[in-house]
Amino acid sequence: MPITCPFCGPRDQREFTIKGSAIALERPDSEEWSEAWNDYLHLRENPAGRTRELWQHTGGCSAWLVVERDTTTHEIYSVTLASEAAA
Amino acid sequence: MRYSGLNVLWQGLTGNKGWKPAWRNPDPKPEYDIIIIGGGGHGLSTAHYLAAEHGLTNVAVLEKGYLGGGNVGRNTTIVRANYMLDGNSQFYSHSLKLWEVLESALNYNVMHSQRGIINLFHSDGQRDAFVRRGNAMHAQGDDDAVLLDREGVRKRLPYLDFEQTRFPIYGGLYHPRGGSARHDAVAWGYARGADSRGVDLIQNCEVTGIDIENGVVKGVQTTRGAIRATKVGIVVAGRSSQVAAMAGMRLPIESHVLQAFVTEGLKPVIDHVITYGMGHFYISQSDKGGLVFGGDLDFYSSYAARGNLPMAEHVIEAGMTLMPMIGKSKMLRSWGGIMDMSPDGSPVIDRTHIEGLYVNCGWCYGGFKAVPASGHCFAHLLATDRPHEAAEKFRLDRFNTGYGILDEEATGAQHNLH
Repeated sequence: MPITCPFCGPRDQREFTIKGSAIALERPDSEEWSEAWNDYLHLRENPAGRTRELWQHTGGCSAWLVVERDTTTHEIYSVTLASEAAA
Repeated sequence: MRYSGLNVLWQGLTGNKGWKPAWRNPDPKPEYDIIIIGGGGHGLSTAHYLAAEHGLTNVAVLEKGYLGGGNVGRNTTIVRANYMLDGNSQFYSHSLKLWEVLESALNYNVMHSQRGIINLFHSDGQRDAFVRRGNAMHAQGDDDAVLLDREGVRKRLPYLDFEQTRFPIYGGLYHPRGGSARHDAVAWGYARGADSRGVDLIQNCEVTGIDIENGVVKGVQTTRGAIRATKVGIVVAGRSSQVAAMAGMRLPIESHVLQAFVTEGLKPVIDHVITYGMGHFYISQSDKGGLVFGGDLDFYSSYAARGNLPMAEHVIEAGMTLMPMIGKSKMLRSWGGIMDMSPDGSPVIDRTHIEGLYVNCGWCYGGFKAVPASGHCFAHLLATDRPHEAAEKFRLDRFNTGYGILDEEATGAQHNLH
C-alpha cells in the first residue's frame, strides 16, 4: 500500500503513521462537553468502502496528510495536505 | 443424535452410513420472538443459551454467509482469563468456567486444551506490572496465575533465546488454565446445541434493513424476505457499523485488520501458548501440528480480510528474535480478520436507545475466548432485559459519560490506541 506524499512522491507505507478517521480535523468549537464531542472522539462512520483518513509522513517530511482510501480493496484515491484539506 | 465413543465405534463398523447433518437448514418463518443477526461464535452461543438457559426457542439466527464463516473461523484460538480490570476480570473468569464445562454441555468435542499460557516479561518494570496483574487475577477470586522466574520459564520453554540483547527474558506470568480450542468446532457445537432445541439457523440470509416504528423495533428486512420480531440482537463483529447504520446508529467502533499465520504441520514442539509482548508476537501449536502465530493490528481501517507485508514482516521478525528455531519451518498460510475495535479495547453488550434493539460488539482482537460468556450474557440481556452481572460494565454509553471506561491496556480511551 504505497502512499504518494505531495512533497516526497510515492513512498512505502512503513514511512507513514495513521492518526485515524479524518473526523480528527473537525474538532468541535465549544470546549463544553456535548454530543458533538462524543461524535468527534468516539462514534465513527466506519465505512466499508471509501474513507477519509488523517496520516502523517513520520518517516519522511512529517507532513500531515488526508488520504482517501477504499477499506475493502486498500486502493488509494487521493492524498492531499491536511492544511489544504482542512481549509 | 447424541455423540459418544460407542457411537463412533458403531458407525465405523457399519460404514459411517448413520451420521446425520448436525443441524437443519430451515426457511425463515414470518415472525420470531427474537432475531439474532450474525451466525458467528457469539451469535450462535447467544442462540444456544437463549434456548438452553431461558427456554426461548422461537428464535432465529440470520447469517449472510455460512455458519461460523467470519472471525470465529479466522482467529488464533486462544482461551484465557488473565484480565485485570474490575468488569473485565469477572467476565473472562465467567467465560473460562463456561469453557471448562462446554464439551459436556454441548455433547461436542471442541478440543478445549488447557495447556497454559505464559506471558513473557523482559525488565524489572514489566515484571512488576505482571505481578500486579497476577495479584489482580487472584484477588478476583477464581483465576490462576503463577509468577515464573527465568529458570522457571527455561524449564518449560527451553528453546527460547533467553540472552537476546534487546529483550532478554526475565520471566513470565503463567496462567495454567489458559489454552486453546478448535475454533470451528465451537461454532458448530453451539449451532447444533441451538438447532436441537428448536432455534432456526438461517444461512445465506443477509439483513438489508431494520424495521423501526416510533422508536420500537418491529423486525428486519433480509435477502430472503421480511421477518418480524419483538427483539433484535446485532452480533456481527467487524460489520457492526454497517448493521447499526440500518437502525440509524453510529457506534464507537472502527474495523481493523489483524493478520495471523500458520506454518506447515510439525511434530509437537510448543506445548503452551506463549506471548511476547515486547515484539507484539504470540504463538501456539495446533493439534494438527501447525505453528499458529500472530501479532498486532495493521492499524488502518480495513474490511479486506487481508493485511499488508510490513506487519507480516514485523511479526515474523519478532518470532525469529524470540525463538530462532521457527526459522526452519515453512509458512503455509496467512490471513486477516476484521476486528471491531472499540475506543477502550473492551466490548459492548447492551441495549440501544431503540426499544427491542440490542447490540453486542467491540470485541477487538480478543473475541474468541469470550464466545461462551458473550453469548451467555447477551442471552440473559435479551431474555430478561437486565444485564448479566458478569457483563454489566460493558455499557454502550460509557464513552459518552466517561463513567466505567474499561481501558485494560491503560493507553487511553481513544480509537487507534489499542
